[in-house]
Amino acid sequence: MSEQTVALTIKDLRLDVAQTGHDIVDEITLNIERGKVLGLVGESGSGKTTVGLAVLGHARKGVAISAGSITIEGSNVLALDRKRLRQARGRLVSYVPQDPGTALNPALRIGGQVLEVLETHGFGADAAERQARVTEVFEEVKLPSAASFLRRYPHQLSGGQQQRVGLAMAFAARPAVIVLDEPTTGLDVTTQAHVLETIRNLAQQHGVAALYVTHDLAVVATLADEVAVMYAGRIVELAATADVFAKPAHPYTRYLVAAAPEMGSDRQLVGLGGRAPSPGQRPKGCAFAVRCELATDECRAEFPAVTNVNPNGSHEVRCFHAFGVPERTVPRATASITSSGTDDAALALRNVTASYTGVAVVHDVSFDIARGECVALVGESGSGKSTLSRSIGGLHREWQGEISLDGESLARSSRDRPVQQRLAIQYVFQNPYSSLHPRRPIAESIGRPLAIAGVDKREIRREVDRMLERVSLSASYGSHFPDQLSGGERQRVAIARALVSKPKVLICDEVTSALDVLVQAATIELLVDLQNELGLAMLFVTHNLPLVRSIAQRVAVMSDGAIVELGTAEDTLSNPQQDYTQRLLIDTPRIPDFESGQPA
Amino acid sequence: MTYPVTVPVDDTIDETLDSAVATSQPGLMRSAWGLWRTRIGVALVVLLVGIAIVGPWVAPYGASEFVGTANMRDVPGTWLGTDYFGQDVWSRFLHGGRSILFLATVSTLIGFLFGSAIGLIAAYNRGRIDDVLMRFMDVILAFPQLLLALVALTTVGPKPWLIISIVGFTTIPRIARITRGAAVPVVERDFVAAAEALGESRFRIITRELLPNVIGPLLVEANLRLTYAIGIIAGLGFLGFATERNAADWGLMVQENRVALSVQPWGTVLPAIAIALLTVGTGLISDGLSRTVAGIDRGRPDS
Repeated sequence: MSEQTVALTIKDLRLDVAQTGHDIVDEITLNIERGKVLGLVGESGSGKTTVGLAVLGHARKGVAISAGSITIEGSNVLALDRKRLRQARGRLVSYVPQDPGTALNPALRIGGQVLEVLETHGFGADAAERQARVTEVFEEVKLPSAASFLRRYPHQLSGGQQQRVGLAMAFAARPAVIVLDEPTTGLDVTTQAHVLETIRNLAQQHGVAALYVTHDLAVVATLADEVAVMYAGRIVELAATADVFAKPAHPYTRYLVAAAPEMGSDRQLVGLGGRAPSPGQRPKGCAFAVRCELATDECRAEFPAVTNVNPNGSHEVRCFHAFGVPERTVPRATASITSSGTDDAALALRNVTASYTGVAVVHDVSFDIARGECVALVGESGSGKSTLSRSIGGLHREWQGEISLDGESLARSSRDRPVQQRLAIQYVFQNPYSSLHPRRPIAESIGRPLAIAGVDKREIRREVDRMLERVSLSASYGSHFPDQLSGGERQRVAIARALVSKPKVLICDEVTSALDVLVQAATIELLVDLQNELGLAMLFVTHNLPLVRSIAQRVAVMSDGAIVELGTAEDTLSNPQQDYTQRLLIDTPRIPDFESGQPA
Repeated sequence: MTYPVTVPVDDTIDETLDSAVATSQPGLMRSAWGLWRTRIGVALVVLLVGIAIVGPWVAPYGASEFVGTANMRDVPGTWLGTDYFGQDVWSRFLHGGRSILFLATVSTLIGFLFGSAIGLIAAYNRGRIDDVLMRFMDVILAFPQLLLALVALTTVGPKPWLIISIVGFTTIPRIARITRGAAVPVVERDFVAAAEALGESRFRIITRELLPNVIGPLLVEANLRLTYAIGIIAGLGFLGFATERNAADWGLMVQENRVALSVQPWGTVLPAIAIALLTVGTGLISDGLSRTVAGIDRGRPDS
């Protein structure tokens, strides 16, 4: 790495909680060369966004940049005064936020918003040149550059187009460094694939160094040249992408890679309990030690220095045991239950058509779920998969056709169904932050289905305690309120609530989409265990294709309200018959097989 | 006036600092008590409610007992002199708080009960019920509170029940609006859907799932409405519509004694100060509550 090619240098960066002086991130050191993409990976709370914003010289309210330097093209961003910093942002370094829908000004035309960036920085010699640059940058991000398109407002664009406008604003003034903060979250896989391609091309063609902040390992694997893994505010591993995935050297990275769902492989998802310590609660030594099976007294006493484990290049790890980390991947046990015929169907759908305020969004859907079987319902957002699952749960009333449980036809609304049926079909919601009553102790939330069934109080308490233990939360959690729990713990509570009444059918609606990858893996492990143990018929709704094979035996692919393909998970994902499924599979980012053909 | 009722979302930019702040939160009341404005407000309200309740028992004279010449400041045996009718100002002041406080509290309570019920029902059911209820609330809102009270009181006469009904009735739509506004985002949240999936009754969902989650903004609004009710009832008293002629009432006292303001200011100033402090007190409490609610709903206590 020569001095000339390095565009961004971060050295010993530290940010504190201003009031307490607790470190949020510390000892952040990394370089990005021109035209390269560095993926900054970590769980929520690891401080990755904090680092991303610090590159723009920005610290959130209550947070102070207390040490270190960030050098872009020879100038230290952190040493600039307000005025110079303002000039640097957009010109020297720019930012693409997570949600373009809220980042664009809804009252301004998109062409005007991009032009504004150029005017602020006095780009070009005159107005004509700036206008030409606007047209040019729209072409660069693969958007129409016609005057009529530039005159549109953000709400007239799709999510993918909005994010491209975000990219256009960031690239407009030709910055040296660009920070991207999960810019593809919330986009469909197809749109995501196109946006990622655009980012990669722009970085390469214009020699821009990109810092890509994300929690999604698959995205990093396809996009980044280098990966930095963050844990509890520190970079624990930093190496070329292929090295990180093929030979992860830090135990935490090994867990991350093992927890990432992979479409092509047969390995089982492995989760990890516990959570990363928050600022102020971090130990003196390695913050991962409490969750690490390799931890020794040495790890607990001091944070290890950087070790280079690659004799031929650079593969930095902060672990005393970097050379002795065991493999974490486990081959998946072959499914004990194969899909069975319709005679054993716990849940049967016949010609179900659902509409939303009169507009049909689900068309003529028929399939069965057998006892002990898990069917994954996959599709992009807007495909009608949520409406269908809500119809089964009795939460959506506008549907026609027949849904039957054990041969008995179900009423449309849950209120019209008898208690036994209501308790026999249980629902786990997408967002654990909104599915639990915030002002009610969790034991009460979990016990409610039993109370409805008329079980007496003492029995309820016993069952609730048993369920809490079963989902790996101790019974003492019962008196906690949801805000005292992490996202993964809340989702376990929601699962406990769903299973306490011993249902026959469990509907999981995107239950892991709000969770970090390790927590997601642990949640999937738990669901698979419980499903086998209780012989549940499960409908697992998801947009995350790689996850499907870890949990489901069969998969139903939904597009525009219809099921376009239905088959075993293995066949459908390895040999899709329909164009739609094929396209979905191609666009889904996956971790390439770095091990074959990659030298040390 | 709007209150921020935000649904806590997993905000990645906020993530790091939030986990640095204490995770468990004390209750609404206790957090609000941590603010000085709330403490001052409570102190003022306690003082004036105390005067209103205890006053009549400690007053040296009866409410309409003659003690000397009218509008005199130095009358032997009295503390602050006599009013326009030769009655003891201090005694009348001590007697005059009960009616205004009673009327204001009861009418606000009525508005609070009906208003929150209507707001919750509208928010939960949406659709036609929502439209009918809320348009009806708009109709009530269209009448100016004071004018409606004046019309009713001049027709029927100064009856306490009439004041309570009018002020209570006109408070209902104001509280209903706030409640509905706060409840709509709560209805959208999944724990309500979870309760529906279990087949919980509508009544139970409204009282057990929705109500606890809007109680913060509701309390703020109720307190604010109490402040306004005090103002209106004092105003009606001043105009002579709140009570019988010559009854002891702070609002009426201001009106009776204002002619002699330069000779004997106490008869006007004392009840005026009392009403002002009372409204400032309830106002401070609702301000303290609203700050706390905003903080709690954002997922962290206000510091």
